[in-house]
Amino acid sequence: MIIDAKNLDYQALNQKIRQADANVVITGCCGQRFIAAGMKNRHITIDGIPGNALGAYLDGATIEVRSNAQDAVGDTMNDGKIVIHGNIGDAAGYAMRGGKIYIKGDAGYRAGIHMKEYQDKIPVMIIGGSAGSFLGEYQAGGIIVVLGLCEKKRRIVANFPCTGMHGGKLYLRDSAAEIVFPRNVCVQTATSADMKFIQDEIIEFCSVFGYNVSSVLNARFSVITPDSKNPYKQMYVAN
Amino acid sequence: MGIELIYPDFEVIRNENRCISCRVCERQCANEVHSYDAERNRMLADESRCVDCQRCVALCPTRALKIVRSDCRLRENANWQEDTIKEVYKQADSGGVLLSSMGNPKPMPVYWDKILINASQVTNPSIDPLREPMETRTFLGKKPGQIEKDENGEILCKLEPQLELSMPVMFSAMSYGSISYNAHKSLATAAKELGIYYNTGEGGLHEDFYHYGKNTIVQVASGRFGVYKEYLEIGAAVEIKMGQGAKPGIGGHLPGAKIVGDVSRTRMIPEGSDAISPAPHHDIYSIEDLRQLVYSLKEATEYKKPIIVKVAAVHNIAAIASGIARSGADIIAIDGFRGGTGAAPTRIRDHVGIPIELALASVDKRLRDEGSRNRVSLVVGGSIRSSADVVKAIALGADACYIATAALLALGCHLCRTCQTGKCNWGIATQRPELVKRLNPEIGCERLINLMNAWRHEIKELMGGMGINSIEALRGNRLMLRGIGLTDKELEILGISHAGE
Repeated sequence: MIIDAKNLDYQALNQKIRQADANVVITGCCGQRFIAAGMKNRHITIDGIPGNALGAYLDGATIEVRSNAQDAVGDTMNDGKIVIHGNIGDAAGYAMRGGKIYIKGDAGYRAGIHMKEYQDKIPVMIIGGSAGSFLGEYQAGGIIVVLGLCEKKRRIVANFPCTGMHGGKLYLRDSAAEIVFPRNVCVQTATSADMKFIQDEIIEFCSVFGYNVSSVLNARFSVITPDSKNPYKQMYVAN
Repeated sequence: MGIELIYPDFEVIRNENRCISCRVCERQCANEVHSYDAERNRMLADESRCVDCQRCVALCPTRALKIVRSDCRLRENANWQEDTIKEVYKQADSGGVLLSSMGNPKPMPVYWDKILINASQVTNPSIDPLREPMETRTFLGKKPGQIEKDENGEILCKLEPQLELSMPVMFSAMSYGSISYNAHKSLATAAKELGIYYNTGEGGLHEDFYHYGKNTIVQVASGRFGVYKEYLEIGAAVEIKMGQGAKPGIGGHLPGAKIVGDVSRTRMIPEGSDAISPAPHHDIYSIEDLRQLVYSLKEATEYKKPIIVKVAAVHNIAAIASGIARSGADIIAIDGFRGGTGAAPTRIRDHVGIPIELALASVDKRLRDEGSRNRVSLVVGGSIRSSADVVKAIALGADACYIATAALLALGCHLCRTCQTGKCNWGIATQRPELVKRLNPEIGCERLINLMNAWRHEIKELMGGMGINSIEALRGNRLMLRGIGLTDKELEILGISHAGE
């Protein structure tokens, strides 16, 4: 079913998506927020640019955006998949617990903040380009991968990644030599076991966006994990 | 010892003539104060472990025990009080941040105790609640600004979603994890029986309690623990927690050691993983951003549930509340600086925030001045201790009150203020199965119902005395209040006259 989003506000647009059949194509999307909030059992393709909080609380639906997306994509997402054929704004995947977000281009500030995992739910966010500052703050679980595949205009990750990280893994397709990390994380060159862990995800990412798998994988990756010997905690004394 | 010794605060006084060495005290104390000396057939006590929770006192079959404040004191000093000195010792010893529980115990002004309630005499007769109906029911949510009619002149009755309360009191947010399963069950069953609401806090909702959903407010905070579609759908309302009265401006950190079993399942994080709630919501930097979260929750719940935004009472609270009213929130909850907590840094708990009475009065006035008071409901907490506090809060402008400490007291809490240890002997602030089972949820529920019924009756009597027969007519009725011993500025902020005026 095709929904022309022109002249529809977000409330009306979401209402139409809820009433539509499982396959929805939205045309002329122009900044409508909260598209597919909390939805499951839907495949939604979006032409145009969706507004903030695309796929918030997403519970199994899949969303494909043929261009850029704005802030707060996949906020508190529980399950499903969001594919962005462009760049995304800030705070993507805030506190996501499950599902996948694939971004062809760059991500703004605060991507993957407080990403977590639970039982069989291990969320994955792959950023094809580079990521802004504060990537993966408070990361408690899940996998964030930044590939740096776009033209190298800037560092693969800007400032202050991984502050407060206490779970999960961050992969950078980079030596990470120029990046300053906090004390509470370990930065290591990815081993073959580390790479095997994300191999299927990378293959899927490459097939979605048409990249050559071996040229993507044939590079140095760094993996960042929380340092359990130096955890993020405050020293308290009972009073 | 020596320099590190901090003399115990309490003494365990055991009447040897009464003690029968039954060892109940020993079994009851999770702090391991009591022990048995088999050789001498005597009970011993290590008072350095005592937190004065009174569990052993309450359970001693021969009333042989009492806990008293130790009279081994440091030399008196009005500037350097004993607590202050001991805090320095503790920090010099450990290098740690002081951590406390429950509400601010400092002798700060309690404005409720400086406000008096009116009663009718002669001209405007009082009402006897025993013979006349009194309405304590109230509704929380956006109220329409004007009457709208359709083309046939029929009134359009489409209301924004409302919470219906049989009385203007709700149990405020306490997470599963900070309090026990049985404590949550007591609150949930009592809320259902009473026709009010309890609040999950930021710990998710245990699957056993899904069927109390119609009486449950589910919370969404910066860590988003346990938040997913079904959770949002089960609750009667969704509360966005921006702040908490006991610790405004900071987040929470539940250590991994406490994330076990059901608590891990309910928060939807792995066992042993730290649960860190960041201080801010990292996607909220403005009222517009807050509006985005409010409306994302409205979209996810298809506009069927009111959205509450909870903030701590801090400076400029009127401007903050005005912004929240514009964010599209249906209900604003404000938590005063005396509000309780399972754990907060002492300095934050005791020095950050403002009294709820002043915050409520200035927020209600600001929203009225701006014409937006009916667009939101106001709920206040931190701390409401009695039905008189409830009546005063309503008259100052609140739609309803949140209580937590009072509810825990009903469940057996003795306010020993050591929740952070997880060794609550009353089975409330603990996850240890042998302690949790001490709180019988049926008895807990009954005691909560008793408390609320007693308050409801008192509220009716206080209202009747004023000649008011419905809570709605009391709301914001500040003429019913007078201050006692307050300065002009305090009276101005509270918007009330002095007693005698």
